[in-house]
Amino acid sequence: MRPLTSRRVALICLGLGVVLFAASVVSLRIGAYPISVVDIVKTLFSGILGRWDAIPNEYKSIVFDVRLPRILLGILVGASLSTAGSGFQALLRNPLADPYVLGVSSGAALGAIISLIAAPHVPGAIQLAAFAGAAATTAAVYFLGRRGGQLDSATLLLAGIVAASFLSAIIMFLMTTLSGRDLRGMAFWLMGDLGSTLPTNPLPWFEALFFVFIVAAGAIYATSSDLNLILTGEQEARHLGVNVHRVKLVVYISASVLTGLAVSVSGTIGYVGLLVPHVMRMMFGTDYRLVIPTSAIGGAILVVVADTIARSIVSPTELPVGAMTALAGAPVFIYLMRRRVR
Amino acid sequence: MTAIAGSGAASSPVPIDARTSIVRLKVEQASYAYAATDRSAPKFTLGPTSFEAGQKEIVAILGPNASGKSTLLKLLAGIERPLSGRIEVDGTEVSSLDPRTRAQRVALVQQESELLFPLRVWEYVLQGRYPYGKRLRFESEEDCLLAGNALAQVSADALRDRWMDQLSGGEKQRVILARALAQQPSLLLLDEPTQHLDIGGKVELLRRLRRLADESRYSVLVVTHELNLAAEFSDRIVLLHKGKCLRVGTPAEVYERALLEEVFEAPLEVEIRAGGRPRVILGANFGA
Repeated sequence: MRPLTSRRVALICLGLGVVLFAASVVSLRIGAYPISVVDIVKTLFSGILGRWDAIPNEYKSIVFDVRLPRILLGILVGASLSTAGSGFQALLRNPLADPYVLGVSSGAALGAIISLIAAPHVPGAIQLAAFAGAAATTAAVYFLGRRGGQLDSATLLLAGIVAASFLSAIIMFLMTTLSGRDLRGMAFWLMGDLGSTLPTNPLPWFEALFFVFIVAAGAIYATSSDLNLILTGEQEARHLGVNVHRVKLVVYISASVLTGLAVSVSGTIGYVGLLVPHVMRMMFGTDYRLVIPTSAIGGAILVVVADTIARSIVSPTELPVGAMTALAGAPVFIYLMRRRVR
Repeated sequence: MTAIAGSGAASSPVPIDARTSIVRLKVEQASYAYAATDRSAPKFTLGPTSFEAGQKEIVAILGPNASGKSTLLKLLAGIERPLSGRIEVDGTEVSSLDPRTRAQRVALVQQESELLFPLRVWEYVLQGRYPYGKRLRFESEEDCLLAGNALAQVSADALRDRWMDQLSGGEKQRVILARALAQQPSLLLLDEPTQHLDIGGKVELLRRLRRLADESRYSVLVVTHELNLAAEFSDRIVLLHKGKCLRVGTPAEVYERALLEEVFEAPLEVEIRAGGRPRVILGANFGA
């Protein structure tokens, strides 16, 4: 008997944090202008310590203005999607649940596009609309996925797939009415892309987004020991003293916020929320007090790596990062689905 | 000592034995009804029911299907509030407790649901310590000790590192019981615990429950279909029929041929064995 301790959670997260840092440094190195790893690390630490005059000017602009914001965006998006995915898996008691598979990402994308058409220059409107789209889609899929008052795994997934394709069709229709949006914009909402949303001065923007992430992910994490019991069975959890309704409401709202957040800045990047929590469960066990933080960091690693590959593999052009995650995620989805059926 | 519910009259509480001075559970005129819609007349699923259970006692709740057994169980577990009357555990109305305090007093053993992700036996039993934990609830050494004790009480020490989904029916039943014991309840509820066990497993489980009840501080309530096992192992029987509590008393008081035949709609014979415990067998005209 070796129960989970907060020390173990901290150590594992620290280890994954080191991996994320290494992936970020590698990603910072890759690009048209060559910089050595040593110079990148020096530049990063000088920047963190505030010693800006110690950094050569060209490094400053390449690292801090061009490459780092995109990596921070990848970290934010990956962590949000994975945390939302692990939340949805517990909420719907379905190991195949993920914002993309359930159509929740498409709902968020539709919300974001409607806000782009209706209120193009209101700050925060995209995020709010994406959250509303995500929340509405989650609710719809939840109710469509029920059979005889019970949530049915296969029905739920079918409802999600139908919702995703229906919403994508509306997105394509709306895209054609948006002037100035080309096919690349379409790919952004349908496949996910980290390259086209960054504002010119990204720091306050990042601060706001990371703040929302911390609040929503923290809310899900606070319910993690309740989720452990809900995963064993809702009735049993209730008898063991879990306030099941409150926990589900918290996870539902928070996972929708996280999906809306990710989609509003990156479009619909698929399978991150499915892939990462499963890998983390295989590596560290099924305890949600560990699954949630490791998934957040693991999701960040996955999206940073996937985006690095997506922007370098066919350089000088770029692939949407969602194409990379789908290449990795679809086979894993099939594998998990077949293993469950067996 | 025996109370019979006549038409409209409710059974009165049966005082508990002198040897068990502490009353764990007190059910006073508890009833339950639900209405399918706001307008339709409420449908009674349980008429007024009264009984008590003392420390170290085993109470069996008997009755055919749709007799109100599961409704009574929900009321006792505190997940439904009675329409009228009171249900007290250790002197507090159980439905008024917040969920975690309730789980410290009442533990329910049901058939387990299908696990979504694999779980080790010790992780499962540690879940019984949830009601005592703080935020995020990382388990303390005390929790581990108590979970270990609970496993030992059901002779499942050797199973602790096994996966839940690799246990046999009887082993699983013991582990589920251990999780309930780890809750350190005042009231241990079991919902048809013998359902998937063979006869040897059934006898073993009830012997174990008898021993646990004798050694401990809680009351045990068992919902069951097993007339003879209930007669053999319980101190008190609550007989339900069509949503009514027909009789509360010792097995010998409740097991009357005419009453059981009416309730279970089968020809039955009741014989009293040495020691005063009744035994039910199928009547001679069975098959006629």
